[in-house]
Amino acid sequence: MPDTKISCPDLRVELSGWELDNPVIPASGTFGFGYEFADFYDINILGSIALKGTTREARYGNPLPRIAECREGIINAIGLQNPGVEKVIEEELPRLRQVYRKKSVANVSGFSIDDYVYTAKRFDELEDIGILEINISCPNVHGGGMAFGQEPEAAASVCAAVKAACHKPVYMKLSPNVTDIVSIARACEDAGADGIVLINTLLGMRIDPRTGRKIVSTGAAGFSGPAVKPVAVRMVYQVYDAVKVPVIGVGGIETADDVLEMMYAGAAAVEVGAANLIDPYACKNIIEELPRRMEAYGIARLSDIIGRAHRA
Amino acid sequence: MYKKGIYEISENVCIADKVYRMRLDGFTGDITAPGQFINIQLPGFYLRRPISVCDWDEKGVTIIYKVVGDGTELMSGLEKSTKLDVLTGLGNGFDVGALKSGQTAAVIGGGVGVPPLYALTRKLLDRGVSVKAVLGFNEESQIFYDREFSELGAETIVTTVDGSRGIKGFVTDALKDMSFDHYYCCGPMPMLKAVHGLCTDLGIEGELSFEARMGCGFGACMGCSMETRNGTRRICKDGPVFRSEEVSFDA
Ligand SMILES: Cc1cc2nc3c(=O)[nH]c(=O)nc-3n(C[C@H](O)[C@H](O)[C@H](O)COP(=O)(O)OP(=O)(O)OC[C@H]3O[C@@H](n4cnc5c(N)ncnc54)[C@H](O)[C@@H]3O)c2cc1C
Ligand SMILES: Cc1cc2nc3c(=O)[nH]c(=O)nc-3n(C[C@H](O)[C@H](O)[C@H](O)COP(=O)(O)O)c2cc1C
Ligand code: FES
Repeated sequence: MPDTKISCPDLRVELSGWELDNPVIPASGTFGFGYEFADFYDINILGSIALKGTTREARYGNPLPRIAECREGIINAIGLQNPGVEKVIEEELPRLRQVYRKKSVANVSGFSIDDYVYTAKRFDELEDIGILEINISCPNVHGGGMAFGQEPEAAASVCAAVKAACHKPVYMKLSPNVTDIVSIARACEDAGADGIVLINTLLGMRIDPRTGRKIVSTGAAGFSGPAVKPVAVRMVYQVYDAVKVPVIGVGGIETADDVLEMMYAGAAAVEVGAANLIDPYACKNIIEELPRRMEAYGIARLSDIIGRAHRA
Repeated sequence: MYKKGIYEISENVCIADKVYRMRLDGFTGDITAPGQFINIQLPGFYLRRPISVCDWDEKGVTIIYKVVGDGTELMSGLEKSTKLDVLTGLGNGFDVGALKSGQTAAVIGGGVGVPPLYALTRKLLDRGVSVKAVLGFNEESQIFYDREFSELGAETIVTTVDGSRGIKGFVTDALKDMSFDHYYCCGPMPMLKAVHGLCTDLGIEGELSFEARMGCGFGACMGCSMETRNGTRRICKDGPVFRSEEVSFDA
């Protein structure tokens, strides 16, 4: 362990010219539109907030049950329930603004390229949106979502169309349910993506041993939580090697050490998902713990460690 | 408001077949209404377990749970003075103020839907409301808390499906000839539906408590959404209690 004493660790990171106080961002779908968590703590301590996946029209989502427990993880089949982009802008964001002063990450989903462009453009007009996170990786809806994340050409076409219509940085959120994550990340970069976010949930399934029946209504659904972290770290590592744009690392993060691991693999920032659901204070605890871990490991500036595992 | 805290088990006893009562000592200032629930982190399990508040005072909260799977099995073996991480004050709870002194409430519970009605009954009686408690079980060995409801001062009727005690049949078999001004109901889905149907026919309004597999229990994940006549609602945050006029069993 290095004996250099670090007085005031620097947690700041940057995403396409946008400076965050720290790299910790609650992941889309696990933090609602943010304000629910203001009952627990001051959410202005967060690096930013990734908003619930938003579509052009309102969506009820999938029938219940939508949740199954796994060892060290959760399976969800929410199915992008959201009130639609206009209601998000009229009702949800004003409520968030009452308790939160920073910029957010808009998470955009769709069923056609037109859908993606329409919704992304609505967020692009808002001052308090930092980046557009384009979700081409939702495993819980048919006829869209993940379908666009399966092929490099389809991913690139969504990316190029959104990029052409919007001014804000466009980050493509990729699915891990593919044979070659690198080719999809490269295709997005070539199509103009300003960053890559990965991973969305893995496809999983649980069957109740007492009844022999599938637990969630859709059968297969999105698997995440600590159990998937090694997959996420590996994919972030591979993609960091292959692209020049920033990568946001997501998947199984629960502790400050998990954040460091993801950043060593190549993440410029991280998103924390399922951990928020089982412990509403998860992000706060991570942010408070980070400087202590940095001191313990002799890290003065967090941004210095991004991708360091590639050189070690 | 809901908060996270560390609670210490001061009692964990079997009170009926596979049914246990647990007393958790700790801060209860965030519990505001009967019918709310708590969400318990169990060692070795990823998701929390939602359990209704049966009763509470300044020192702690009482819950009653049935062993139905691995989590509740583990709970049943926890020793006194074990500490648990618990979120309290979750959900909306029953509206104790729906009735005035002198009116009559029917509180209707099925199986482990009975517990949240206990504190409700206590609060209603405190307000001078008469309470008729209809507690439904499958069979005699599963019955619990019928005496406790009587001791509070509620007129208590037990039904069992197999007729081993009380009225043979379902809670609706006891309800159909009763008179009351408002009802509160918690139990399995078929029971909620039957009670809602009967009381709608009788022209009586009430409140029903729902359950769902939950991801968070505090409104963040949309894991527990339900369609109501007023649009989509989260059982954990907008519920678990909904007014009979807003629920719809059509979907
Ligand atoms: C608002 C609310 C209040 C409740 N109050 C009570 C109560 O007072 N007493 C009581 O005995 N039970 C109550 N339940 C049901 C209780 O939560 C489940 O029986 C319990 O979670 C089962 O856990 P397990 O690990 O034994 O079962 P497993 O089947 O092994 O659990 C696997 C997963 O499914 C979930 N799950 C399984 N069954 C249910 C269910 N019926 N409802 C919700 N989640 C479930 C578990 O929480 C866990 O995440 C309540 C449920 C809700 C939603
Ligand atoms: C309940 C739930 C809902 C989610 N909803 C969305 C969503 O709307 N849009 C999206 O891009 N990702 C969604 N995700 C995926 C997460 O943002 C994240 O990518 C994934 O869960 C991996 O992180 P974790 O292991 O920390 O949970 C959701 C995840 C969960 C658990
Ligand atoms: S369980 Fe997460 S919103 Fe209800």
